[in-house]
Amino acid sequence: MSLTDQTIVDARECAARYPDSRSALLPLLHLVQSAEGTVTSDGIALCADVLGLTTAEVAGVATFYTMYKRHKVGRYHVGVCTNTLCAVLGGDAIWDALSERLGVGHDEVTADGTISLERIECQAACTHAPVMTANWEFLDDMDVPRALEVVEKLRAGEPVMSTRGPRIGTFQEIERSLAGFDDGLANEGGKDVRMLAGLDYAKQHGMSAPAGPAHSPLSVAKTEG
Amino acid sequence: MPLTPILTAHWDDEDSHTLTGYRRHGGYDMVAVTLNSNPDDVINLVKESGLRGRGGAGFPTGMKWSFVPQNDGKPHYLVVNADESEPGACKDIPLMMANPHALIEGCILASYAIRANHAFIYIRGEVPHVIRRVAAAAREAYSAGLLGKNIQGSGFDLDLVVHAGAGAYICGEETALLDSLEGRRGQPRLKPPFPAVAGLYASPTVINNVETIANIPTIVRNGADWFKQFGTEKSPGFKLFAVSGHVERPGIYEAPLGTTMRELLDYAGGVRKGHELKFWIPGGSSVPMLMPEHLDTPLTYEDMGALGTMLGTGTPMVFDETTSVVRAISRWIHFYKHESCGKCTPCREGTFWLDQILERFENGTAAETDIEKVDEICKQIAGRSFCALGDAASTPYAPALRYFREEFLAGTHTPANQLFDPVASTVFTGAMA
Repeated sequence: MSLTDQTIVDARECAARYPDSRSALLPLLHLVQSAEGTVTSDGIALCADVLGLTTAEVAGVATFYTMYKRHKVGRYHVGVCTNTLCAVLGGDAIWDALSERLGVGHDEVTADGTISLERIECQAACTHAPVMTANWEFLDDMDVPRALEVVEKLRAGEPVMSTRGPRIGTFQEIERSLAGFDDGLANEGGKDVRMLAGLDYAKQHGMSAPAGPAHSPLSVAKTEG
Repeated sequence: MPLTPILTAHWDDEDSHTLTGYRRHGGYDMVAVTLNSNPDDVINLVKESGLRGRGGAGFPTGMKWSFVPQNDGKPHYLVVNADESEPGACKDIPLMMANPHALIEGCILASYAIRANHAFIYIRGEVPHVIRRVAAAAREAYSAGLLGKNIQGSGFDLDLVVHAGAGAYICGEETALLDSLEGRRGQPRLKPPFPAVAGLYASPTVINNVETIANIPTIVRNGADWFKQFGTEKSPGFKLFAVSGHVERPGIYEAPLGTTMRELLDYAGGVRKGHELKFWIPGGSSVPMLMPEHLDTPLTYEDMGALGTMLGTGTPMVFDETTSVVRAISRWIHFYKHESCGKCTPCREGTFWLDQILERFENGTAAETDIEKVDEICKQIAGRSFCALGDAASTPYAPALRYFREEFLAGTHTPANQLFDPVASTVFTGAMA
């Protein structure tokens, strides 16, 4: 897949969502990655053309954000959180194991193009540490054997489920979702024991918040007024 | 203090993230109530509740709203900061996953109060499933006539855009977020002018955290007095505490502000079996660490401030005795270096040097003079940059040195991984053996 007339149609649709079309530049760059697999010069030109910017302005933005890749990533872009908490809880060990098994380092792709690796920063899932991602979908509470199993399955083209989301799609599929196009997967997965830890504890121990008044103070004020 | 599931009360419903699930428990009931009220009454109610921003800084929400000039003829904007990226912070992401409609109802009420007809939810790009959930909830709300033109016949219009970022911690800083949302590099702006006067597209803009906005429907429903029965005078309400690290049951625990870390640890099953607490961080890596002797201090804005730290995002990270403090600090400094946007020289250059020196401590190759050098560089960064990232980068070291000086001294001759076996600190210690 590459840039087509449909890409331009989609880009204009993104631009129309905002009061000022330049606001669509981040979604547009995601869209370019969904079509090209990376931010190409042609993709930059497309963004510039649709939004009335210079290619230098677009390139300046594209190079600022870590999710925009200027060289090809794998069909599955795998992240291992090596920020402090995840690193200490096992992220470093997972990173070492994956890097050794795949024979690639940070920001590198396997020769067959299936997997790229990135040392990622905090994913806002510290309650689920150590955390990995594949094309940014959560792979929570990982350990070394499971991490290796995940990449082997991805390499072999076998389905891998995100621990709190859908079956992991390709890098280009997920970039299209990030550009704001519905993929119909919103109802997949989503919850786990960590998210419900406090609620479960409260229910088991009969804890609850006191109920409020029968009516909102705003509707009371209205009635009295 | 007991747990008080309010925002989290129905997260265990299978369909808690859908319109049907949200409406089952009175969701969106406050839309009609609010749209029939005077917007100023809504602002006053939020002011009276004492709600403070849940994104880290704790600024009073109602006051922030009241800074927006009225009848100025300019469009107003509500921007929700859903760029949760602070190391340790992990409470907005689950909230948006489990109950995105609470956020959207909050957006409707807040937008009405500040007279905005356009709201944006800026979600970090690396969480596609959360973006899907919030976008799907917004589509449902549009279909139900809760967003769009003339909401429920009130004459009030609101358009809501769910926007994905692209990987930049700095975009959690509100003015950098605005630049990013305008399609630029996410770099902080000089303040003043503050966003309430000149924010998005140079128009009056309120930027609030996800949890802050999700609180609005409960405040409108139950009133300020109800809200103020939780917490303290200066820190009213309840909080999504996300407890992570070396505990038995990491997770989200919703409790009144003023709950202590000892209580939260208890809910979370305590420090993992066979280990003891070494240090903890109350609210993200940007706030100074605390020690076991601080476990009984109430988790409020004022009590944490009195200890010289901050409540921050209210997402405590717990580390046991297997953790190398040098390794922990070194990795956080590396993070700040990676995320410095490059705009301000002290932060850009300072974090670059800090990262290299901390690496020496971790490798056991630091010089003794490096101990003071790091401290000096931190002092050169703090307060000398546009935004709080520089301050944050210079924060973790000093308290770590105060409590664990001997570990930094050891960094002049012995690598951290010899002093602390990294295998022992992992959660899968047994599996590795």
